[in-house]
Amino acid sequence: MVRSTVLVCGGTGCSSSGSAKIRERMVEEIGKAGLAEEVKVVETGCFGLCALGPVMIVYPEGTFYSRVTVDDVPEIVSEHLLKGRIVTRLAYDETVRGDEILSLNDTSFYKKQHRVALRNCGVINPENIDEYIATDGYQALGKVLTEMTPQQVIDTIKASGLRGRGGAGFPTGNKWQFAANQPAGKKYVCCNADEGDPGAFMDRSILEGDPHAVIEAMAIAGYAIGSDEGYIYVRAEYPIAVKRLQIAIEQAREYGLLGKNIFGTDFCFDLKLRLGAGAFVCGEETALMTSIEGKRGEPRPRPPFPAIKGLFGRPSILNNVETYANVAQIILKGPEWFASMGTETSKGTKVFALGGKIKNTGLVEIPMGTTLREIIEEIGGGIPNGKKFKAAQTGGPSGGCIPAQHLDTPIDYENLAKIGSIMGSGGLIVMDEDNCMVDIAKFFLEFTVDESCGKCTPCRVGTVRMLEILNKITSGNGEMEDLDRLEALCNYVKSASLCGLGQTAPNPVLSTLQYFRDEYVAHVRDKKCPAHVCKNLMQYKILEDKCRGCTACARKCPVGAISGTVKQPHHIDPNKCIKCGACIETCKFGAIIKE
Amino acid sequence: MKSLAELSAIRDRMKGQVGSRSHDLTGTKIVVGMATCGIAAGARPVLNAFVELTAASGKTDVTVSQTGCIGICQYEPVVEVLEPGKEKVTYVKMTADKAKRVFDEHIVGGKVVTEYTIGSNAK
Repeated sequence: MVRSTVLVCGGTGCSSSGSAKIRERMVEEIGKAGLAEEVKVVETGCFGLCALGPVMIVYPEGTFYSRVTVDDVPEIVSEHLLKGRIVTRLAYDETVRGDEILSLNDTSFYKKQHRVALRNCGVINPENIDEYIATDGYQALGKVLTEMTPQQVIDTIKASGLRGRGGAGFPTGNKWQFAANQPAGKKYVCCNADEGDPGAFMDRSILEGDPHAVIEAMAIAGYAIGSDEGYIYVRAEYPIAVKRLQIAIEQAREYGLLGKNIFGTDFCFDLKLRLGAGAFVCGEETALMTSIEGKRGEPRPRPPFPAIKGLFGRPSILNNVETYANVAQIILKGPEWFASMGTETSKGTKVFALGGKIKNTGLVEIPMGTTLREIIEEIGGGIPNGKKFKAAQTGGPSGGCIPAQHLDTPIDYENLAKIGSIMGSGGLIVMDEDNCMVDIAKFFLEFTVDESCGKCTPCRVGTVRMLEILNKITSGNGEMEDLDRLEALCNYVKSASLCGLGQTAPNPVLSTLQYFRDEYVAHVRDKKCPAHVCKNLMQYKILEDKCRGCTACARKCPVGAISGTVKQPHHIDPNKCIKCGACIETCKFGAIIKE
Repeated sequence: MKSLAELSAIRDRMKGQVGSRSHDLTGTKIVVGMATCGIAAGARPVLNAFVELTAASGKTDVTVSQTGCIGICQYEPVVEVLEPGKEKVTYVKMTADKAKRVFDEHIVGGKVVTEYTIGSNAK
């Protein structure tokens, strides 16, 4: 009889910090202690608090252990599992108050979260279909097939107000309606799991933590639009997600939840996986479908829209992983429940991948309408090392940078667009005073230049010209006219590109030009980088009054740019210095500065 | 899977295993002292008895967990029952048989088994 369950996070974050070894050791130690019958070890998907990984939770106490090492495992087994004494040293510090251990729900990271799409992530074993079924899994599919007509399913999704979580926010129910309205015949249900934004990992986490939620929703979509076949397009760089999807599809087939005559009805549906090679453009719907067909992943003009003529020329729908993860819950709990969360135009919740200069790096799910300030300061725990907030980047290479004055904007699709960014797939990168906004714009543009497929000229050539101007500015050769030229070019690329990649590629440049123009001007006119990031516009200097002449920096300098005698202030030769920063890390007296 | 009934049967069978993974700490808690003193005095069979009784009863609002030494080692195995809004009840010198009675009369029936409590045993 199982009296205690140890959940070990097996998401990509914790796996890369060694959670598999911890789980093995756990099983071994539990066996040695003679507890194998009583204590069950389960590998789950992501818990969300990736910054503290590897993490585990011990139930029924609900104790959250963070930064666990293999050597800590015997102590957890002998103290907690055998003797019932919580190992306070390893418990997440926010849950420890004196001798008392608080519920995880009371910590600032989890308190404001509301988990719908992530409800099973970090709770169930994603490789065991029975655990998904235990949390009402496949009940929604059963309800749809036995009690509802396809039109009722579509009406339910429409009434819920669910919109595409991949970024553009198109109403999901309307998309399904277009495909359903097409004459009967071969139709396809596709899932976009080609998560490509730098810093975004919510789709990966859902696939790793709750793959059946996506499979069930795709079958529901198949019933709604009259399709018997689906494709999941997932990137090959997500090996854990791919493996768990394969296992999940196999298990669903064994149970007859995929295949012929599901639940004894006439409805048949099966799924195939297609692995993407990691091209960013394949996240665009027409390019993704072209890639599934086995051709080079390039977009094509719309119309015709995929709902009319999509995969293999047949009516098709394509939804994002997170969108699908909401569907079964909407069917079971009703559209009113879903629509009760969020804002006027954006219902439900949104998952964000928090990254950059923030304490609690990880995955958070919040109701739409939560402000950026709540996410960053309360859930995210603020900016480390006492630094000042500068901007939050949402929407990856298609989004923009949001400055401090807009931190209190309630997050929804419309509001983010109004302040020059987009919801995007949910990447949220926080930047502090040490980030140069021109450099950030350059970083994202380098990404789009690399990833532009080259089919249309505005994107292929326009983004390269934009990058050249940015390089000119950051190397100290910019002229004031360059700023106007850059802005004009942005608008051309935006309006003339074929697909979403080119149409949104200028956003990081436009939003930084709008909110941080003074930084651009400092680069161009004063030839200074205010954040001391752009190498051509900054130099290292030794403060004579602080330098003790210890010679540590001179010994560390790889190019011999630092000279001076012992116990005398040293000096950096700017002509030799390669600005590697090794000296600043070495100096114990804070005598070296960037200016 | 030919019917919803089949699916629901799997769900009900599995619910006990997944249901305890909650951070909602309302409901009744049965806590068994499992420090060295408790284990030596035979706390393990008591703990296991409570776990099995809870699972068999199908009660989802009862959690069984363990704790360290409460400091009254001469009375081990010690079991505490915490119910929301009620005073904590401490049972002492427990056995698996006594556990059955406590479960049936107290947890299910709502009536404290006074003769096993620390108040009746302390001299």
